[in-house]
Amino acid sequence: MAKAAAHKSSSSADDTKIPNTPQASKEDLLRFYREMVLIRRFEERAGQLYGMGLIGGFCHLYIGQEAVAVGVQESVKQGHDKIITGYRDHGHMLAAGMDPNAVMAELTGRIGGSSKGKGGSMHMFDTATGFYGGHGIVGAQVALGTGLAFAGKYRGDDSVSFVYFGDGASNQGQVYESFNMAQLWKLPAIYIIENNQYAMGTSIERSSSTTELYMRGASFGIPGEQVDGMDVLAVRDATARAVARARAGEGPYILEVKTYRYRGHSMSDPAKYRTKEEVDEVKKTRDPIDHLKMLLAAAKATEEELKAIDNEVKAIVAEAVQFAHESPEPDPSELYTDVYVEA
Amino acid sequence: MTDILMPALSPTMEEGTLTKWHIKAGDTVSAGQVIAEIETDKATMEVEAVDEGEVLEILVPEGSENVKVNTPIARLAGEDSAPAPASKTEALKAETAKAEAAPAAAAAPAAPKVELRDPEIPADAKLVKTTVRDALRDAMAEEMRRDDRVFLIGEEVAQYQGAYKVSRDLLQEFGERRVIDTPITEHGFAGLGVGAAMAGLKPIVEFMTFNFAMQAIDHIINSAAKTLYMSGGQIRADIVFRGPNGAASRVGAQHSQDYSAWYAQIPGLKVIAPYDAADAKGLLKAAIRDPNPVVFLEHEMLYGTEFDVPEGDDYVLPIGKAKIRREGKDVTITAHARMVGFALQAAEKLAEEGIEAEVIDLRTLRPLDHETIVESVKKTSRLVSAEEGWGPMGVGAEVVARVIEHAFDYLDAPPLRVHQEDVPLPYAANLEVLSLPGVDKIIAAVKQVMA
Repeated sequence: MAKAAAHKSSSSADDTKIPNTPQASKEDLLRFYREMVLIRRFEERAGQLYGMGLIGGFCHLYIGQEAVAVGVQESVKQGHDKIITGYRDHGHMLAAGMDPNAVMAELTGRIGGSSKGKGGSMHMFDTATGFYGGHGIVGAQVALGTGLAFAGKYRGDDSVSFVYFGDGASNQGQVYESFNMAQLWKLPAIYIIENNQYAMGTSIERSSSTTELYMRGASFGIPGEQVDGMDVLAVRDATARAVARARAGEGPYILEVKTYRYRGHSMSDPAKYRTKEEVDEVKKTRDPIDHLKMLLAAAKATEEELKAIDNEVKAIVAEAVQFAHESPEPDPSELYTDVYVEA
Repeated sequence: MTDILMPALSPTMEEGTLTKWHIKAGDTVSAGQVIAEIETDKATMEVEAVDEGEVLEILVPEGSENVKVNTPIARLAGEDSAPAPASKTEALKAETAKAEAAPAAAAAPAAPKVELRDPEIPADAKLVKTTVRDALRDAMAEEMRRDDRVFLIGEEVAQYQGAYKVSRDLLQEFGERRVIDTPITEHGFAGLGVGAAMAGLKPIVEFMTFNFAMQAIDHIINSAAKTLYMSGGQIRADIVFRGPNGAASRVGAQHSQDYSAWYAQIPGLKVIAPYDAADAKGLLKAAIRDPNPVVFLEHEMLYGTEFDVPEGDDYVLPIGKAKIRREGKDVTITAHARMVGFALQAAEKLAEEGIEAEVIDLRTLRPLDHETIVESVKKTSRLVSAEEGWGPMGVGAEVVARVIEHAFDYLDAPPLRVHQEDVPLPYAANLEVLSLPGVDKIIAAVKQVMA
């Protein structure tokens, strides 16, 4: 895996001393640390609640991919821009600024959840942060996200649509129908392909005739680049460049972000399609939080500062779990609400 | 002190094997650290510590089989922030069981009784002979003048002026920002339309025919119809999907299907299938103004037919209200779209034989106005439904079921359904005629229920 990642426009952990690598202030790095650790601790806890039977159905964890959502979010104008993703959505929602209590309570199917318990893990939305879901059909969010970009252009409001999808979705036909229209009409869409190497249990080599996903827009004239998704600064900078183009009316852009999911596809993953050694190697050598810790050390952040953040995050997650326990299940009368908007 | 509990790989797992411990008493663990491995016959999983602290005791040794879920397997020193105790899980399960039993009590709240009526047409109103095609065009043009959020998108809607000329002159009036030709990519542009609707616009998505909308049906149902519910009321898809539906003439099976029953089954959608030009105009305007996703089924064979339409740009009809097209006391015939015309012709011929049929134009299929049908059957005691689509699981099946539910005691004969033969629509002219329902089949069915 480490070999497969062609670090095209990004740094690896060892590059921190090279002058041309991305820079960030200590304050920024601490903020990234807080957000990435929040996602990881939240997801670990969600996995645990699932095992206890408090979360039902499907539950797809984002552990390992934290640097992607956190790096992209730096370019999002909250409440103005729009974000849309597939079913592995908890990390994107937390990065977008959604309330962890509402996300966790949605996972447990409670009235305090962001969809009143009626959506679940794959179907959450939040208009305040511009988060448009949370979609369970692989690839559907790409056409929908292109429509969000269309609305921005129709209104002429310079908003951008951030459209996340995976290496699996990148083989769906509607992705290319969307690419075609996005470039034809110069829509402000940033397509972020989170290439975590596996579409459920099928590796990208076994599912894709070409594995350089940043090239997938080439036949439509959409430029793309490959980014190290384990390096939050590389993601931040590549996204900022793509967004500047889009806001200037230059149309869509593809970011193929190379990342890795530590956990199974969902909670019932037999883990037979990749070796434990492969997973351990990534965890040991490319972990996005460990990489960020090195940047923090170089920026002279202290152990105490990190510890304080760890404790803050622990308290946030504990509160979310408690809220998700205590929030009641939806009243039976909710069964028939929100089917139609009353005209 | 914190107990680490035996986790489950899935909510259905009850027990598993604790294959390996990565920690021992006296170790200090941190949150996220892999501490053990468990397995079932289906899968294996690493167990991560959720809390940090010193391991006081391993309670279940590695290699133990049939360890029940939620059994304490190790004990940590540290604050009592602990995973929820198993007893709480049980309590929650009990709550869930209670809630599952509850829906009967919560059964569909009686919908507020709203009297839906067509607007009164003033006696001095001017009626203008208009084709269904132009009525649809006028509806879109009037609504686009009224609201900048409304736009039309689809194949050949702009420069070509519409594959069936329904969007004639709209490009000239509204420009290419609001009348948008798409590539031939139904799945993509339907999804794009739904996304634009989620962002607050009011798209009209034209399908050249609804046969091609099968490429897009995922977005119509999964993305448009379900999102309001799945978002707890936050995100709406204020969109109209429209275009010709059903049989044309000699175009073969793939271009000739009636999708009425498909869409009418979906909660979250409204489904409209008008017959005449006035309804086409008044209901399309209502569909565009309605904040919900609406599937608007037109009929190619009616586009060129002229009907009277009240003059003016504010003729808006209520969605969800059937119309009694002809009054009669002997038998009720329900129909929608093109079948209404056939039902009316059948009623004329039946009248010559002394049978007075009441013809109800359903107009809206979801929500279905069964009150009007039931009231009619209470009067006539006989029912024939007519639809262009296939019979099994069809619109007629639903109409009959509702009548049996609400007016069983009034029926004097088993209701009958008229529909297309249960085959893909053939090309050969004679076979096509044999396959499609028409006036003769309706008359035959009426005579059977009168016998």
